[in-house]
Amino acid sequence: MLRSEPLPTASAAPRVILTPMVRLILIALVAAAMIVIFMTINSRGNWDFVLPFRGRKVLAIVVVAVAIAISTVVFQTITANRILTPSIMGFDALYMLVQTIAVFSLGGSRLLQVDPRLRFLVDVLVMVVFSGLLFWWLFIKSNRSLHMLVLIGIIFGTLFRSATNMLQRMIDPTDFAVLQDIGFASFNSVDPTLVGLGASIVVVMALIVAWRNRILDAMQLGRAPAISIGVDYSREVMIVLALTSILISVSTALVGPITFFGLLVAHLAYQTVGSSAHRYTVPAASCYAITFLVGGQLILEHVFNFNSSLSIMVEFVGGVLFILLLIRGNRK
Amino acid sequence: MIEIQDVTKRYGENAVVDNVSASIRKGGITSLIGPNGAGKSTLLGMMSRLLKMDEGVITVDGLDVNQTPGDQMARKLAILRQQNHFEARLTVEDLVTFGRFPYCKGRPTIEDKKFVDRAIEYMELGDLRYRFLHELSGGQQQRAFVSMVLAQDTEYLLLDEPLNNLDMRHSIAMMQQLRHIVNDFNKTVIIVLHDINFASWYSDDILAMRDGKVVYHAGPDVVITPQALLDLYDVEVTVETIQGKSVGVYYGAMTVATQRSTQPGND
Repeated sequence: MLRSEPLPTASAAPRVILTPMVRLILIALVAAAMIVIFMTINSRGNWDFVLPFRGRKVLAIVVVAVAIAISTVVFQTITANRILTPSIMGFDALYMLVQTIAVFSLGGSRLLQVDPRLRFLVDVLVMVVFSGLLFWWLFIKSNRSLHMLVLIGIIFGTLFRSATNMLQRMIDPTDFAVLQDIGFASFNSVDPTLVGLGASIVVVMALIVAWRNRILDAMQLGRAPAISIGVDYSREVMIVLALTSILISVSTALVGPITFFGLLVAHLAYQTVGSSAHRYTVPAASCYAITFLVGGQLILEHVFNFNSSLSIMVEFVGGVLFILLLIRGNRK
Repeated sequence: MIEIQDVTKRYGENAVVDNVSASIRKGGITSLIGPNGAGKSTLLGMMSRLLKMDEGVITVDGLDVNQTPGDQMARKLAILRQQNHFEARLTVEDLVTFGRFPYCKGRPTIEDKKFVDRAIEYMELGDLRYRFLHELSGGQQQRAFVSMVLAQDTEYLLLDEPLNNLDMRHSIAMMQQLRHIVNDFNKTVIIVLHDINFASWYSDDILAMRDGKVVYHAGPDVVITPQALLDLYDVEVTVETIQGKSVGVYYGAMTVATQRSTQPGND
């Protein structure tokens, strides 16, 4: 359409040494280094035992880290908001409620006798259905404002927590102990048979995101511009919501409520990778998530001798780093 | 040609656009004017498939806007709305490149890059090309978005109050650029405007709405008249002819007691 005038000679592209690709590689190297340290540190004795034993843990961590990173980034893309995360929408609380109801109705000992793979699948299914309904109602049906959404999410979270508390007061102490165990995110008690199952689900979801990464980029423009350039907006929102539900369910069912740090790794990725294209932000957020979880586990095992919880590790280190980034960002 | 056939949009009981039929001709600038809550933006939203109508059909060159695949529609018609806030860090170039999305699906070819270059040049954004959008002023952002829809290279361009946020100089520049685009490339521009004098000065046709209905659809010489403006706005406007154009002077005008039911404004 536009006249074929000579091409503009205006400012040349700024020369960047740290291109997003270089930055991504650096971030990935840090994550890889962290894994290597975790695998080899203080390993006295038989490598044939140490490597598979720690390898299983690392695999579980990677699965959970990738699930949380992907779900947070794509969720923030479709909500066009970088404060909202699936966990703010009450997801962790929902998980605890589901577990509490299960213990309450079946009894702790009987619940533990059920085949873990079956329990895992039922957990995932229930969470997907619940969160799917919640998201669908919030985003598609009622089309509410964002502030309303956050408010509803917080209220739902409180409701779920209160219901959980109430039920926990009514069950007997042994069942309560079972629940407490479930309620703390931990990689020490992950069932090895579940890791493979979770990993394959996460791989499929990651491939879907990779396949649609350019569409997700376009969705960042918001609804009207995205539709203007030909994105089937409501279909993409449905796909991402379904994907988010599945990913969070997998990670929560695998290790317990740990989605809190999605916000942190997503923002670290946005701030440091130097591009908002999903082909950079999603892998970067995943690498950060791996670094933090592996690092947190490392400190937990070798510094605190398991006398603390992973959530505290990750939140402490991550929180400090996050504040530093915020301060640096303000100064610019 | 855009054909609007018996289109109705309701919010609850309230018909914001009430059984409207009109056909907007190809080529030229058609302005949508009318008081707050008249349904202009809603009608434009339905033409651009951002809103679904409750009844009726809108076709663009025979293509039903809600039945045609999104990417096909996106090569025919581009939309620009006033609020375009987002949190992603994008440069002007990144944004304009998104205009080529219907063609390249996010993987721009050399040909696509030429369109981007020309669109950036056309809106005089060469110096700002590698700047981040959030570092720019409202007016500069607005021009970047116009540049994006130019790169999209559609026959139809739908703009919802593009003069918001723009000062006098940039408003004039925007309207003159639209005029050039229409004249040079035979595009069709449909634009929601609040300022009747901009509408009068630059439009070929004016589609004037009130209470969800089209009251006038004619040239500026018919719509920018004291009687028509009184019908539309309940304001007694003096119309002068300046440089051959009808110009309404209303800054100290009498307002007439409003005859219509007040509707919640959505534009």
